[in-house]
Parts: sequence; structure tokens; C-alpha cells
Amino acid sequence: MPAPTQLFFPLIRNCELSRIYGTACYCHHKHLCCSPPYIPQSRLRYTPHPTYATFYRPKESWWQYTQGRRYASTPQKFYLTPPQVNSILKANEYSFKVPEFDGKNVSSVLGFDSNQLPANAPIEDRRSAATCLQTRGMLLGVFDGHAGCACSQAVSERLFYYIAVSLLPHETLLEIENAVESGRALLPILQWHKHPNDYFSKEASKLYFNSLRTYWQELIDLNTGESTEIDVKEALINAFKRLDNDISLEAQVGDPNSFLNYLVLRVAFSGATACVAHVDGVDLHVANTGDSRAMLGVQEEDGSWSAVTLSNDHNAQNEREVERLKLEHPKNEAKSVVKQDRLLGLLMPFRAFGDVKFKWSIDLQKRVIESGPDQLNDNEYTKFIPPNYYTPPYLTAEPEVTYHRLRPQDKFLVLATDGLWETMHRQDVVRIVGEYLTGMHHQQPIAVGGYRVTLGQMHGLLTERRAKMSSVFEDQNAATHLIRHAVGNNEFGAVDHERLSKMLSLPEELARMYRDDITIIVVQFNSHVVGAYQNQE
Amino acid sequence: MFYWLLSVIRRPRSSRGWQKWSSARSGASAAKAHSVALPAQAQVVICGGGIMGTSVAYHLSKMGWKDIVLLEQGRLAAGSTRFCAGILSTARHLTIEQKMADYSNKLYHQLEQETGIHTGYIRTGSIFLAQTQDRLISLKRINSRLNVIGIPSEIISPKKVAELHPLLNVHDLVGAMHVPEDAVVSSADVALALASAASQNGVQIYDRTSILHVMVRKGQVTGVETDKGQIQCHYFVNCAGQWAYELGLSNEEPVSIPLHACEHFYLLTRPWETPLQSNTPTIVDADGRIYIRNWQGGILSGGFEKNPKPIFTEGKNQLEIQNLQEDWDHFEPLLSSLLRRMPELETLEIMKLVNCPETFTPDMRCIMGESPSVRGYFVLAGMNSAGLSFGGGAGRYLAEWMVHGYPSESVWELDLKRFGALQSSRTFLRHRVMEVMPLLYDLKVPRWDFQTGRQLRTSPLYDRLDAQGARWMEKHGFERPKYFVPPDKDLLALEQSKTFYKPDWFEIVESEVKCCKEAVCVIDMSSFTKFEITSTGDQALEILQYLFSNDLDVPVGHIVHTGMLNEGGGYENDCSIARLSKRSFFMISPTDQQVHCWAWLKKYMPEDSNLILEDVTWKYTALNLIGPRAVDVLSELSYAPMTPEHFPSLFCKEMSVGYANGIRVMSMTHTGEPGFMLYIPIEYALHVYNEVMSVGQKYGIRNAGYYALRSLRIEKFFAFWGQDLNTLTTPLECGRESRVKLDKGMDFIGRDALLQQKQNGVYKRLTMFILDDHDTDLDLWPWWGEPIYRNGQYVGKTTSSAYGYTLERHVCLGFVHNFSEDTGEEQVVTADFINRGEYEIDIAGQRFQAKAKLYPVTSLFTHKRRKDDVELSDLHGK
Repeated sequence: MPAPTQLFFPLIRNCELSRIYGTACYCHHKHLCCSPPYIPQSRLRYTPHPTYATFYRPKESWWQYTQGRRYASTPQKFYLTPPQVNSILKANEYSFKVPEFDGKNVSSVLGFDSNQLPANAPIEDRRSAATCLQTRGMLLGVFDGHAGCACSQAVSERLFYYIAVSLLPHETLLEIENAVESGRALLPILQWHKHPNDYFSKEASKLYFNSLRTYWQELIDLNTGESTEIDVKEALINAFKRLDNDISLEAQVGDPNSFLNYLVLRVAFSGATACVAHVDGVDLHVANTGDSRAMLGVQEEDGSWSAVTLSNDHNAQNEREVERLKLEHPKNEAKSVVKQDRLLGLLMPFRAFGDVKFKWSIDLQKRVIESGPDQLNDNEYTKFIPPNYYTPPYLTAEPEVTYHRLRPQDKFLVLATDGLWETMHRQDVVRIVGEYLTGMHHQQPIAVGGYRVTLGQMHGLLTERRAKMSSVFEDQNAATHLIRHAVGNNEFGAVDHERLSKMLSLPEELARMYRDDITIIVVQFNSHVVGAYQNQE
Repeated sequence: MFYWLLSVIRRPRSSRGWQKWSSARSGASAAKAHSVALPAQAQVVICGGGIMGTSVAYHLSKMGWKDIVLLEQGRLAAGSTRFCAGILSTARHLTIEQKMADYSNKLYHQLEQETGIHTGYIRTGSIFLAQTQDRLISLKRINSRLNVIGIPSEIISPKKVAELHPLLNVHDLVGAMHVPEDAVVSSADVALALASAASQNGVQIYDRTSILHVMVRKGQVTGVETDKGQIQCHYFVNCAGQWAYELGLSNEEPVSIPLHACEHFYLLTRPWETPLQSNTPTIVDADGRIYIRNWQGGILSGGFEKNPKPIFTEGKNQLEIQNLQEDWDHFEPLLSSLLRRMPELETLEIMKLVNCPETFTPDMRCIMGESPSVRGYFVLAGMNSAGLSFGGGAGRYLAEWMVHGYPSESVWELDLKRFGALQSSRTFLRHRVMEVMPLLYDLKVPRWDFQTGRQLRTSPLYDRLDAQGARWMEKHGFERPKYFVPPDKDLLALEQSKTFYKPDWFEIVESEVKCCKEAVCVIDMSSFTKFEITSTGDQALEILQYLFSNDLDVPVGHIVHTGMLNEGGGYENDCSIARLSKRSFFMISPTDQQVHCWAWLKKYMPEDSNLILEDVTWKYTALNLIGPRAVDVLSELSYAPMTPEHFPSLFCKEMSVGYANGIRVMSMTHTGEPGFMLYIPIEYALHVYNEVMSVGQKYGIRNAGYYALRSLRIEKFFAFWGQDLNTLTTPLECGRESRVKLDKGMDFIGRDALLQQKQNGVYKRLTMFILDDHDTDLDLWPWWGEPIYRNGQYVGKTTSSAYGYTLERHVCLGFVHNFSEDTGEEQVVTADFINRGEYEIDIAGQRFQAKAKLYPVTSLFTHKRRKDDVELSDLHGK
């Protein structure tokens, strides 16, 4: 049966690429999210240790398994028409063009395209984009949540404020603080560029603001009086660490409002990776925590595309990270701290926000859970203490910051969660985006020349060419285009509609078997402006 | 001078048409021209050796002008003319275009005989296919109009189409139009023949000579500067095709010629094994966006795709159109369409895909006439892919224009002065032509608006009105409200509301009209052209008395409706002039008169620093308060009595409205309804509008648009310039003798013509027709240009039409002629002649009975008396 083979092909492939957090815990965690997320056993590539396996394995797994079988044996059910496929792919797409002002003050960023394709229900990835209003520069980030979406949601709302505040000069901080104090209107700090589906929590807004205010008050107090140049790298690191610290503190302190109290706990007990880019003129900083990735698309002189990685994955594939972890803990833990390519045999990313289970002491965890709401108490996952948990913290949110000075040949930056990178090679990603953005998708033009070609032959040829190109013409958004390829590419690197249709029509509970949440931001740079910067020097 | 030229033409030709592309390059004889020095001066210098330039030269020399020089930057007939598909088609939407094409057809037909040069003229006829009923309606409308100007054509069935053309797939057709006298011809050879005939008449032709710029002194052409030296001249004709825009800009005082090129593709095939007969008809499949003609036993087929590729936006000025890239992928939809229409073509071999840029204009009509800013600077360009069809006729009209001062037909629709500098932005042109090119084959339905290049000029109230549901149309770049969609109403999408029948806004406009009749409405009419003429002494009055046909020496505060006539007594403009003071006048003209009227006034106004003409269009927002309650609204806002005793009709006064002072209030509405026009300095516009709306609320005020205005004015038999009136219609022909000061013993332009006309009688008469047996819901709606039949005889065409909501009938305005039954000569039209006829209006081939009226229906003028106006005297017997 050809169809099932094809359907299971990605599964096999994905298994080989085995990564990700031991998400089996999700099923115990369902009431933490709006609807029950569920990851079938087969996709989890979870630790084979029998004890944990029985402990974590979802109760319904046998059922799921048979469901999968049944599904595989009736393959012809799912056919989406091209417009249906498009409406699914485009549901979350968003584009922003930096407005131009008469040639003056032109940004080095032309704009960005972003999009998300959920595999989890609800999606656990988040994205953010904003322009700094009190300083120059633009912030863009992708956040991959695990054990629910609470943490990635909180980080997506809050992190940019922490970064923006870290970047603000002392006087501006004072001005803002004074405005708060005297009840005047506040200086706006960020101009958000949001898709309608990107929401902010109304309930926690006040709480988040207070934490942020405490942060800038500390910054004001720490100021020594001498106006020092603000270092972007330092600001990014401080912002990341501070936010993670606040998440942790809020969960320890709790909140009198029971909803909020539960929320801050959910945020702290779930986790999120973050990959954030800050672009200001030709200065590009990428701060990365976890296994999302920032990839620069560089166009060589001959027009070809090459990929430059601007972030390091923090996972078992990164030897330096493994080294770091081993150094941070006593020698006798060397074998247990990274096990089965996971942190303590459980967690795939080696750095993350939240995840207090890997940060707090056992005492603290127990205390918080006991005093916490019943939902938390009843939850097997939160109560579970990781094995070999001797010298916490095992996890940090501290980012690794890379700096890159933009050159005219640097055309775009792709920020994406691991959902993209595990299905596509970085070189392919850059080539597809590059060709899409420059319109290079046009194949070589046809010329009849001296050949004897009939109208019928020519028509056949042209129809074929158009079919090839249609995938490009369907997308107005580079991120959508990339997702189309990531999900729909066949062995030859061309979008196969049949495959695309099957992948997108997978039932909610099966989708996670074949693909992860994918979130992509493609930032396009303004080569003219970048070139002008270069010439100025 | 023309020896070299003739030698080019007389070279042996074993093959026809296209194959001489290569041979045309071997200009050994043309090289001779290099050695010849340019003349130092000439009467006329024509730029461009394509079909337009040679046609103008041909006609000018025919009319007896000598001393004409034609300059071509490359070789003769080497631009678009060389690549032209060679189809001559008379089926055009405008009557003037039909006439030009018809004349071209006749001219080219006899050209070979006249010059001895083979032009490849073959009368093939053409067939226009209709895949939909709407397309067939469109064809039927053209068919009716072609027939009445003497061009044979008929609507035929698909079966007949198959008989006429053996290769066509006719299964998806609902009908077609056959025009048997259309032809194919080699356009390059036509241009060469015209050039040859012109040079025999003394026109000097120089190729490989580029014009750098045109020299102008005091607004008058004095000569041209070329790369080979200067030529002094009185007239310059810009026939530079795609380069006309750039050439116009190269002047010190730029001449704005808005046109832009798009790539255009057509396909050439090798011959069939059994070649097609040379007289196989040309096919136009507009729904499939393609045309097909036979070409040397094979096929030539091109089209106007939905996604055109504009080029040369930056003004890349290469000498000739080099062979541009063939783009097969771009041509694919047209090729599919072609193979669907002629499936047997599959096996035919491709010879070439030709890419030949064509020029397009912002409104799909060509550009001809004199520049408004530079006297003696004439233009003929922007042919929208119909250069060959129009070439002969357009050249003739332009030559007449130069020789006589005006062409023999009204060409306002094509006049360069319909455009101003505001249409000359490169971005605008680039965007607009991308809409225009597909439009060539799109269905043209009534009240169609361009979608690109919008929101350029707007009233300060634009956003306010837009938020209240205004739907917009554009005139001369200005956004005007058509009607206001109530919040609860959903109109069809643009595509779907394209109809030849009752439109979806019918009820909306009805309620606006009703409100105008019973309460009060506001229409933003800021787009109207507004001039102020002031002087220190009586100069303003004197010049205006000479330029305008009505007596303007009226008491201060009075408004006069008057025409601005030409020597023939025809309307150059129809306007309202208010006398603001002894020495200053405020003039209101139609929107599209901004350039034309200005040029006309400037032409006649003496150089006098004490006489000032100012364009104040942008300074005033105009609100039209229409309806019986306008009086109440205005008196409440101004605390001044506005009743007819205090504020008589056609009266103008500056007063305060709300807080704003200095509002020009005029008691006229352009519709015949009671009400006022408010001319408001723009900074007060929002205030006055808000005040009017809030005070008006208790009188039932609402916004209205131009469709309501149009219905009101046509119902009242108010003719508008540009639609009903043109340069060939006189006041006497539209019953406006009372607006002419013939008996005052004053001279004015056109007086002699009018006096003569008064004595001899008029040869046509503007008449109002009320359609009798027309079902508004089910029948096709009239638009304009429908033939009028009197006792079964064709007597003229309608000029505008609207549904009269009060009469509950369709009303058409149109001119009635009296053609002699024997000779076809025009005879005098009397009131009796009009009144004694039985009339029918032909809408797309279907005739509807109509009542003819020379005067408006009087019952419309007796306004409903308001209840609180009833007084005792009403009970008196009269």
C-alpha cells in the first residue's frame, strides 16, 4: 500500500532526528491547557527506562496506537483542495513593512513576514515583533513552549519589555518612573506588530507591569551617575535572566487572586526557549536560549545563497553545552546530568525559561506545590521530581548572544523554532527564502530559437512550468512559503500537493506525530541602507 | 530630398510585410540622408516617422501646407509601427474613434493606387466573439452605432461564425458580430506609402535625426534643437509614440503628455500545410483576451492579458524598439486561450513570439491636440494599441486642427487638454496603464470607474463622507461621491455589479433623489473648476463680454449662466459666472475644464498686469444644498432670511454660515431644484459641513451623490458640457437662445455664426426623450450613444441618460438631425419637425418608444407646497 508508507515516512525520518523534551508528561497536564494536548508514545522518543516509561506513558496509549493503525489502513480519506490548504497555511500569516519617510531615517529592516503552523492543540509556539520607540532598533523573537503554552505566552508578552527597559538610558527610565509616580501618561516603549491571533493576557497585565517596574527601579538605583554606553549584549543577557527570575519569584510569592496565582504557577512549571534578534542599523544581535535558531541568508556574488548560523543550539548535539553542564555539577553526576541526549534524561533543550522543576530545590518545589491550588497538587507531573536531582539548578535562561555586523550581501534573517529545522536543512531554508524574495524562482526563460516547436508542445511545457511555480505565486509571505515547503516537500525538494494536503488534514491528535509546531519569522534587510552605512566609514 | 526615401520604398520586394524586417535594416540608401544638411527653418516640424507622423505629414501636405519637415530618430516606420499586428478594426466604443477608423480604412484602401506602394491591404472582415450574454449586449451596442454611421456590420449566430472561419471552436459562443469591411494591412508599408505621398507633395523627411528639445519663447514654439542642428519653425507636432512623454518633458516648459508603454506579445506561426486563405476573417475573442489573424498562411495571435508588464517607466530612451525578451510564461494564458479557440493549431509550428511595446493612456483614449501651455505645440500619440486603425483619421483631424484652427469633428474626448500636469506622474501612469491594458478586452459596462490612481485630489470632507458610506468616482483626479450606501445595506461586489441592466444602487439613489425633492440633501461638489477674474478697471468685464455669449454686465451679486463659444458658435465651455463686485467675477466650470478653459482664457486675455486670472479651485470646498428645506437650514445657520424675496434665484452673496464668515452662497443647484451652492474656504469646510448636518437633522437632511444629481438634472433637461454639449453644439441648438446676448449689439466670439444660424435655422436640436415602453427592472438600461430613430429613420444619438425618479421613466437627452431622405444632407430642424415625429431609441438593437420634448416637463417645477406655507390667499380664486 503506497499511501501508508508515504505517510509513515516522515515519522521514520523524524525518529532519526530524535530530539525534543520528554513531552509524555503533557497528558497528565491537560487541565493546565485549554484543551487536552496529547503526544502519542511513538513520536516521543522518550527515555526507554522501564520505570519512567510506565510512569510517563499516557494511559490511553494503547488506544492511540490502534487509532494510528486504523488511520493508516484507510488512507484515502483526507484530501484538501488547494484553497483549503492555503487557508490553513495562511491563517496565521503576518507581514509588516517598515514605513518609509521620504528617504529620511530609513531603517535597515525592510520588513518581516511571520507565520505559524500548529501541530499541538493549542499551539505551544509563540512569536513577537516590536519596534523600540525610545531607542532605535527592532526586536523579533520566536518562543517554543513545552509542557503547555503558559510559559512561552508569558515570555512572548514580557521579554521585549525587559529588553527595551535594559536598553533605555538612565534619563528615560527616570522620566518613565516619574510619570508612573505622578500618574502622567507614560512614554510608549514598544510598538508591537501583532497578528490578530497573538494575544496578551489582560488579567496578568498589572502583575507583569509591577515586576517590570521593580526592575527599572533597580536599574535606576544601580545607576552610578556616569552615563555609560549601553551594551546591547549585556542588556539582552540581563533582560533574559531578569525575566526568568521574575517568573520564578512570582510563582514562589503567589498572588491573592486565585486565577493569577494558578497562572503564575503554570508559567513557572512550564517552559519555553527563546531566540530573539535585535536589529539596529548594521548591528544585529541574536540572543538565544534553547534550540530555536537564527539563520542569516547571504547572497554570494554569483547570486547563490549560503546560510550563516547566528545562534548555537542548546541541546545534546552541542558538545560545549554538554561540557558546560558537566562542569557546573559534581563529577559524580557526569553520567546522569545528560542522559539519553536529555537534561537529566528528560528535557531536550539545555537552557529555557520557566521549568522550575529543573531550577528549584526539592524543598522549594514541594513547598510551593503543597501551598498551591488543588489543581497543581493533583497533578502528577508537577509533583514528580526529576531523578538524580542533587545539585539544582540544572537549567538556566541565560542566553548566548552573538553579534553580527550586517553587510550588503546579508539579505535576510530567518528565526524559527525547531519545528522547521528538524524537517529542513538550513541550506535549503536559505535557498528557498532567498529565491522567493528575489523572484529567482523564475526558471530560465524559454526561447524558441531555431527549434521546431509546435504550439501544442509549447503549451504542454508552459503548463508544466506554471504548475511548478504555482506554489510561489500562492504565497505573499516568505514564512508561509517556507512552511509550505517544510510540510509539503517531497524527496525531490518540490512541493507535492498531495503530501501537503495529507499533512495538513491530519487529525489534531495525530498531527504531533508527524510534525512539531512551526514558527517562522523572516526579516528582510535593506541592502541600500546597509550599504550606505558601510560607505559612511 | 525624398529620393532616398523612394529608393527605400522602391527596393525590390519578393516578399511582403513582416519579412522585410531584416531588409529594412539595410539602409544603404538611407545613409545618404546623413550628408544632407537640415533646413534652417520650416513651417512645421513633425517628430516621429511612424504611422502617426507620416499621416499628419500626408494630410498637412494634402491640405496645401508647404514647408513641412519630418524628423525620425531611427528609421521610418521602425517603432511600434513596424511591429504592429496590422489589424484595422472599426468596431470601437466611441463614435469619434469609429469615424477615425472608418476613414483610415478608406484611406489605406486606396493608398496603393495613389502611391504605387504595396501595402498588403486585404479586406478580410473581422468577427468579434461573445462567450457571454453581457459581451453580446456590448457587441450589439457597437453594432447599432456602426450601422448608423454607415459601416456595415451584423450580429451573427455561432453557426454562422463556423461557416465564416473553418478552424474556430464555436461551442462556447453565444453569438458574434461580423464587420465585413475590416481589413488587415502592413502598417510599416502604410507608413512608408504615406511618407512617400507626403514627400511627393513637398514634405522633407530626415531619418536618424533626434530632437533634443523644442524651443519655446513666450509660450510659442519657435524651433527645435536636434542632434544635427536647429530648425526654426512655427508648429511642432509630437508624434513620438512611446517617447512622446519624455519628449514633452524635455522642454524648458514641460508639456505633459500622459502615456506609458506596456509590453505586448503576439505569436507568429509557420504556414499550414494548406495555407489559410488570405481573406480569412480576423477574430477578436475578447472574453479569451486574444485576437487572431491569418499571416502568410499561418496565424498571428496576440492579446491583452490581465497582468500587463509596464516598461520604460524610468524613460529608458533607446533609438528603436530592439527585440525585447520573449516571455513565454507570460504568454501562457493567451496561448491556452488560443488553443481553446482553435484546437487544430496544436500541430502548427511556432515561428516567433514578438514583444512589441504599446503605449496606453490613463483613460484608454488617444491623445491629440495643441498643448495648453505652448502654442504651436501639437501632439498625436498614445494610441492604446489601435495606432493603425486610428492613424489615417487621427492624422486628418490633427491636420485640420492645425490648418483651420479646429477639426471637423468634436474631438474633446481625445483632446490633450482633458489632462493636466496631475496625470503626468510616472507612478500614476505606471499603475494606471496596468489597469487600462486589460480593460481593452474587459467588458465595458455603464458607470465604470478606474480603480488605480485614485484618491489623488480629495475634498477636506473626504474621510467624513467615506465613513458615512460614500462610494466614489473619479473625475480629473478628483474623488466625487456617487451615492451613499446606508449602513444596513450590502451592495454587490464590484465584479458582480457590472451590469447593463438595473444596477444595485437603484433604490439608494432613489431615496437620495426623494430627499432632494422633499427635504434637503448635501452633495460635495468641490471638484468643479473655479476661476476668479479681477481687474483694476473694466478690463475684466470687457474681456469676459467678448469671451462669453451671455451678458455679464449685470448688477453685482447676480449669477449668469453662459457659454464660452468658439468662432463657430459651439460651446468651448458652459459655466456659471457670479459677479462678485464691479471688477471681479467668479467662474464655475465643469471639473475637466480646468486645463482647457484656462488655456482658452489665457489665449484671449491681453497681456495686462491689471487683469488677473486665478485658479481658485483648490481654495474652496463646494457644498450643494438641494431641496425645499435648504432655505430653512441656511437661515437657521446664518440668522438671515433666505426666502426668495430676500435671496432671489441666481444670486450670490458672501455671508456667515455657523461661525464661519466669508462663505459664498449662491442660489442655484445645477439641477433646477431649489437650494444653494456654498463655496467655503477650505479651512471652514468641516465646520460648515458639521453645522449643516446637525441643524439639518430636523429637516431630514442626508448626504447625496452625483448619481442623484445626474438624475435630477437630466429629468429637468439640464444639459452638461462634456456630455451633451461640445465644441460643435451651439446655444441655439439646445434651446438656450435666452442665454445669448444677440440683441444687445455687443460683439463676442461666435456671434456671427449664431446670427447666421438664427437666420437659417438649426440643423440639429437637443431633445429630451422619455422612454415609454421601457421596463426598468427587465430591460437594458440606456447609457449614451444610443441611436435615435424618428419615424423609423435614424436622426441622431443620445448624449446622456438617467432614470427620472419623479417621472418614473428613463430620460435620454440627444440631438435630433434632419437628414434628407434622398441625399442624406442635413436639413433645418424645426420645433415642428421634432414634435411631429414618432421616436424610438435603439438600446443594443432593441428599440423602445420615446416621447420627444423640447422643454422640460413643467409639472416638475411646481414644488410641493409646504404645509406651514399655506395661507389665506391660497384660498382666493385666481
